[in-house]
Amino acid sequence: MAIPLPWWLTVAAALFAIGLYGVLSRRNAIGVLLGIELMLNAANINLVAFWRHITPQALTGQVFAIFVIGIAAAEAAAGLAIIISAYRRRRTVVVDELDTMRW
Amino acid sequence: MEFIFNLTPLIPLFPLLAFATIVLLTHRHNRLSSSIAIGGIALSTAFGWTLVLATILGGEHAWVEGWQLRVPWLPAGTTVLELGFAVDGFTAAMLFMVPFVCLMIFIYSQGYMKLGQPDQDPRYARFFAYISLFAAGMLGLVVARDLVLLFISWEVMGLCSYLLIGFWSFRRADSEHHIDAAQVVRARQAALKAFITTRIGDVLLFSGIALLYSYTGTLTFRELFRPETLETLQAISLLGMPAVTVIALLVFGGAVGKSAQFPLHVWLPDAMEGPTPVSALIHAATMVAAGVYLVARTLPLFIAGFAVADAPALHWVAVIGAITALLGATIGLAQDDIKRVLAYSTISQLGYMMMGLGLGSLVAGIFHLLTHAFFKALLFLGAGSVIHGVEHGYHAATHGDHAHTEHFSPNDMKMMGGLRHRMPRTFVAYLAGALALVGIVPFAGFWSKDEILAEAFHLWRADGALNLPFWVWLAGTLGAFFTALYMGRQLGLVFWGEPRHAAARHAHESPSSMTVPLLILALFALLFGFVNAPFLGSPLHHFMGDVHEASEVVHAEAIPFNVTVAGISTVLAVAGLLLGWGLYRNYRVGQVEPFRMILGPVFTLLRNKYYIDEFYRWAIIRPVVWLSEFCFNIDDRWIIDPFVDLVGAAGRAASDVARVVDSVVIDRWFVEGTAQLFNAAGRWLRYSETGYVQNYLLVVAVTILLLLGLYLYF
Repeated sequence: MAIPLPWWLTVAAALFAIGLYGVLSRRNAIGVLLGIELMLNAANINLVAFWRHITPQALTGQVFAIFVIGIAAAEAAAGLAIIISAYRRRRTVVVDELDTMRW
Repeated sequence: MEFIFNLTPLIPLFPLLAFATIVLLTHRHNRLSSSIAIGGIALSTAFGWTLVLATILGGEHAWVEGWQLRVPWLPAGTTVLELGFAVDGFTAAMLFMVPFVCLMIFIYSQGYMKLGQPDQDPRYARFFAYISLFAAGMLGLVVARDLVLLFISWEVMGLCSYLLIGFWSFRRADSEHHIDAAQVVRARQAALKAFITTRIGDVLLFSGIALLYSYTGTLTFRELFRPETLETLQAISLLGMPAVTVIALLVFGGAVGKSAQFPLHVWLPDAMEGPTPVSALIHAATMVAAGVYLVARTLPLFIAGFAVADAPALHWVAVIGAITALLGATIGLAQDDIKRVLAYSTISQLGYMMMGLGLGSLVAGIFHLLTHAFFKALLFLGAGSVIHGVEHGYHAATHGDHAHTEHFSPNDMKMMGGLRHRMPRTFVAYLAGALALVGIVPFAGFWSKDEILAEAFHLWRADGALNLPFWVWLAGTLGAFFTALYMGRQLGLVFWGEPRHAAARHAHESPSSMTVPLLILALFALLFGFVNAPFLGSPLHHFMGDVHEASEVVHAEAIPFNVTVAGISTVLAVAGLLLGWGLYRNYRVGQVEPFRMILGPVFTLLRNKYYIDEFYRWAIIRPVVWLSEFCFNIDDRWIIDPFVDLVGAAGRAASDVARVVDSVVIDRWFVEGTAQLFNAAGRWLRYSETGYVQNYLLVVAVTILLLLGLYLYF
């Protein structure tokens, strides 16, 4: 029958950890963006899993997930735009080298 | 007709507006400024003469009661200090003379101050502003209904007198125009002397006005001179005298200062340092007559004292007048400066006016005031014309050669001579003025001087004993002789004989803006006496004699013409004139003066003006200088200044301490210390801010994990 809730949560936690690792360790800004996407989707898995196992009669979990997907798309668009703009100016997308604001 | 009198306040207003316009707007434009001044005074003359005509036509009521206008001026608590304008026969008589003489002198000034010529006076416009203000003051005084407006105008004139006597005190010493530094200093000192000397009189006058107001609560002439008011003032005792006598003496003190009566006469001769039109206008015709006018206006006060006690103010007026008349006439015998002779003559003639008033005769005093204004203005303007001509002669003689260092004064009569050929129009006018002053029939001075002497003679004969009027008559008659003597000397020195200096040889007639006013005034000097000639029925007597009738103490009646008096004074006048003229006509430079040969040491006494100036220097100025030196020492050397220095030193010491506290404790510890603390903190803390986004995120993640761990653990 259905896969029990802890399994979902384990997968989601693993995905989140992978995403976080990517965000913290990648030097390429696009990689950082990819990590963020992973973390958002980990959260989506949790939302859908909790909906399915705890409040199947209400649609809030699903609706919330759809919102997150939409916002993630927007975020990716904005993030990529910033990266392209930074690349045009600085000829690099390595986050360590974008240090204008540093003391 | 009555409505015409509502124009009265405009009469002093026109010159006042001219003054304001010149000072505020047009002072850069000379011709415009003098035209405005002349226009203002011409309007005043027109209005003034209209009023005179209206008063004459108004009949008895207009002459005695007159017209008046009240203006609430200064509300003070429950009372309102009022000032106002009034016109009666007396005012009208003055209004005939004052604006007209002013107008003549204004026109003359245009020529005298050399309008449009290369050596035009640098402060030309200002001169016309000053004399306009002066005219406003004099006209205000004449139309005043009360002592408030009178005193204000009085002080305005005092100010103008000061400004105009010192008018040339701002000139630079300049050999081209023979202005030496000493002359500039003299002008300054003369201005101060006039101001301070008249101030003594002004303080007395003001005290008198204050006393009057405190006793009666009014300063309006008509109300003051009501019989009830005068009786109240007689009943009050002050300093052992009736209050009215004290007040009258104080008012007379003011007149003594303004009209240059002994012992305050010393300022007037020095005032001749001013421009000559000023001498004519202020120090001969109008301002000095203001003192006489004041006494005449307040005559009931003087006479009211007479009624209760027999040592009253009126006697003092007569005595001072007689002393002054003789004193001035005798000093005039020994002066060399053409203007100074006229100045002493003015002092002496003002003494005559006071004599007339002191005998209780309003008309005699004022009649002489009016005629004197015409012929003395004429004489001064004539003298100005002579000086002007001689100055030009000096220029022509030296051909601009300024290497000349010899002393030359254009005023010195001994440098003149023979001018009757070179300045014929001035000579004719001057002769008319001199004959009027000396009192030769039918010139104006004859009628007016004769009236004073006849009044004295009449009062003497009425009593019989050797009373005061006898001595007054004697002084007046002797004075008339001396007057003729010094005028004869002056005419002889200036107009007859040979020129005694190159300047006089090259002198020429003045421009017509100067000679035309002279000739007009000469006409008045000849004819004006007839306004009160006895054979015409003494018209002036009827016109203004009764203005004090309401006070019930002044009773004016025309004295009949007295052949004895007129005969004696005419014989003495002709004798004096011929003697002076004969002795000086052929005077030569270096010769001992004829008068010195006749009078000996007395001449030295006269030449030094009875040493009155020296006496004042010794008795008043020296103690004042001592006192001020003493005060200076107390202030500067002994007490005040050392104390001030001590306070200053203490202040410096205290501020030194404060400075150390401020720089060390406040600045170094608090202000700079705080800044350094934050600086150091910032230097250490900035290492936490790496600027790498991933570092921050790592911190966030670790913190969340720690917090989560803590949450789960507890």
